[in-house]
Amino acid sequence: MPQLVKMVAQRLALGLLTLFVVSLIIFLGVELLPGDLTQAILGQAATPETVAAFRRELGLDLPPHTRYLEWLGDIVQGDLGRSLANGREISELISWRLYNTLFLAAIAAVIAVPLALVLGVMAALYRNSLFDRIVNVSTLTSISFPEFFVAYILILFLSVNAGWFPSISNVGSEMPFWDRVYRCILPALTLTLVVVAHMMRMTRAAIINLLASPYIEMANLKGLSRTRIIVRHALPNALAPIINVIVINLAYLVVGVVVVEVVFVYPGMGQLLVDSVSKRDIPVVQSTSMFFAGAFVLLNLLADMLAIVTNPRLLHPK
Amino acid sequence: MSTKGDILLSMRGLRIEGQSDEQWQEIVHGIDLDLHRGEVMGLIGESGAGKSTIGLAAMGYARPGCRITGGEITFDGIDLRTSSEDELRSLRGVRISYVAQSAAASFNPAHRLIDQFSETPVQHGVKSRAEAEEDARVLFRRLKLPFPDTIGNRYPHQVSGGQLQRAMTAMAMSCRPDLIIFDEPTTALDVTTQIEVLAAIKDVVKEFNTAAIYVTHDLAVVAQMADRIMVLRHGNMIEEGVAREMLANPKDPYTRDLLAVRTYAKDDVDLIPHETPLLKVENVTASYGGGVKVLHDVSVQIPRGRTVAVVGESGSGKSTLARAITGLLPPESGRVMYEGEPLPVALEQRGREQLRRMQMIYQMPDTALNPRQRIREIIGRPLSFYLDLHGAKKEARVRELLEMIEMNPDEYIDRLPGELSGGQKQRICIARALAAEPDLIICDEVTSALDQLVAEEILKLLQRLQDEVNVSYLFITHDLATVRAIADEIVVMLQGRVVEQGPKEEVLTPPHHEYTDLLLSSVPEMDPDWLDRLLAERQLAKT
Repeated sequence: MPQLVKMVAQRLALGLLTLFVVSLIIFLGVELLPGDLTQAILGQAATPETVAAFRRELGLDLPPHTRYLEWLGDIVQGDLGRSLANGREISELISWRLYNTLFLAAIAAVIAVPLALVLGVMAALYRNSLFDRIVNVSTLTSISFPEFFVAYILILFLSVNAGWFPSISNVGSEMPFWDRVYRCILPALTLTLVVVAHMMRMTRAAIINLLASPYIEMANLKGLSRTRIIVRHALPNALAPIINVIVINLAYLVVGVVVVEVVFVYPGMGQLLVDSVSKRDIPVVQSTSMFFAGAFVLLNLLADMLAIVTNPRLLHPK
Repeated sequence: MSTKGDILLSMRGLRIEGQSDEQWQEIVHGIDLDLHRGEVMGLIGESGAGKSTIGLAAMGYARPGCRITGGEITFDGIDLRTSSEDELRSLRGVRISYVAQSAAASFNPAHRLIDQFSETPVQHGVKSRAEAEEDARVLFRRLKLPFPDTIGNRYPHQVSGGQLQRAMTAMAMSCRPDLIIFDEPTTALDVTTQIEVLAAIKDVVKEFNTAAIYVTHDLAVVAQMADRIMVLRHGNMIEEGVAREMLANPKDPYTRDLLAVRTYAKDDVDLIPHETPLLKVENVTASYGGGVKVLHDVSVQIPRGRTVAVVGESGSGKSTLARAITGLLPPESGRVMYEGEPLPVALEQRGREQLRRMQMIYQMPDTALNPRQRIREIIGRPLSFYLDLHGAKKEARVRELLEMIEMNPDEYIDRLPGELSGGQKQRICIARALAAEPDLIICDEVTSALDQLVAEEILKLLQRLQDEVNVSYLFITHDLATVRAIADEIVVMLQGRVVEQGPKEEVLTPPHHEYTDLLLSSVPEMDPDWLDRLLAERQLAKT
């Protein structure tokens, strides 16, 4: 256990460093974009004097490093600052969108992770059978199409033709839980189709990889059933690689939803990020990016912890 | 034996094919075998003899890449060849069970021992979980495992190899089967541990009157365990009979060869004590990553043109000593003197000439040879690297070296390692080491992965080469028969310390250090009564 604590502390420190580097890169990246907020708001016709006055008002005339350090100082104290575009508190702006994004990711994960695990285990169990081939081909097909294409196909069939689900997922903050879930189904399905293949194939490969192990032969010679051999003897030893892939995909569900959110007009972090970039609303871009980076760091930390918890050699040293 | 019951297992004309290079080839050519209830049959032979394959066939099982193609296998009236997977499954673990060679690899690392023990009886509906756990404690105690009441709560990695092997025997006994297949259960163990496991197995098999097929390549081991012995070679039966009779009076020349293996020994040579030794290890202490010390104050001398054997169990620090000498693991203190001059401690600090004079041969020729390089390149590389030989001169020298190791240059020079047998690969490793014209060759368990007859050929070759080119060997081994065969001097190591060293005769003749005594007395002998006698003696000594 002390080993686990030490590792978590190390990874957290490393995570903070990562976040710092990410913040620097994002700031520089946004600086490099042509134009700024004033032009975006005032338009081409604005006189240079108006633009300069507006810039002064927003503090954009200060040198970049001053702005960066100020922002960093604030964020360390928990103050995300205000949006340049509309002057609202960023924390307020982000909070319900972050909730929406996590909500969508959670629904997609609840569908995708068990589905991928079950399909992967079954594919390993009946490998090289017709079932195995169908699962492989269909998951590969779904991962090969661009997300927006999958999204529009789902809209066409499940919304336009069948009329089962709404094509626009405009959730509101007052909406009851199951209504929300209902509205989220199509984007969640889109995300599921995108991430299932990776997780399922890793599960299958990790299990099959172990089938030549002496302890699997032993399980065979103990007269155990095939299902038991796969689920009880192969799967627990295949968990480490599977967990890693699952976590990478979970992270993708949180940070990779931009396209899907735009297609379904879902009010999440992705949309906010796209809007803010086009408006050059630097503080908002930075804050949202920091949340994405933070999600990545935390999820990977979770993967490392799970890898220890599921490995008796690490959990119960000699 | 007359007290044994009716026939339990019978094989008639058993044929098994194995797949190599996409082609099926027959590897077991029509074996007949009868096993009576309560009888122990030893299957003996070198690797590739088909003994494990036959053992597994007794469970109606063929490994992936193998298939049973002909003959009958009848277990207690049940035809295993026509039984369905489900019928076989209901026999396996319950009426026929299996003990694998490496318990460490055959226990699932993810589950506690007790869970793996209980799995068979519970899954087959023979016992409830509570009954199974109770039975586990009984069997663990019976097999003399330490802490029998709690050891089941441990994971496999928390238990030593010898204990795991006994736990696996307990697991095989969990449903009180009629037949157990022991597949080289002690091969991976040290001699001192082997004794305990052999004694435990012998005990429970007798107590529960279980029939067993005992697969091994070690005739002395099978002599202790088996009522009858079947000698196999290349998938054919060579000879079969009552153990005592066969050991006393082997009929087939091959069996006689197997029996004779352990008698090879080198003549004693005079050691010249006052000459400066070629290599002198002085008070070396070493550890991995600054952790637990694996070598404590070790001093060893290697005279020119002689063989020093380092013996000890796994974990005694023998291989670490080799790593310290070669500079792969720079010692924390102490030094290595070469002809009176200290060598730089780390490998990177040593010059090419210093590297050339010390070569190494490894246990696994498979992993020590680059599978994509032809023999010409493998042996030619040290020639151009150390001796600056190129073109026709290099080619000539490669051929000369191949002849020295008794391999026909025309036939072998263009082959890849994959096209050679295990013994031939080890010969190539020897030639590669010799190519550098070293003064010292460190041999790390070079014969342990080889069959006895092949191993003996390798030892003879090494001896002949020493006589020819006056090279010194530092011979690391856990096998005392090998030590007898090749050593001039012996160094006995235990837990990173040298407990005894000296000329071979002196170390091998009493009085010994007590650990040397334990090691020596633990080497199985051909006498079928050896194990019982030894255990009785040790019991007596304790009380």
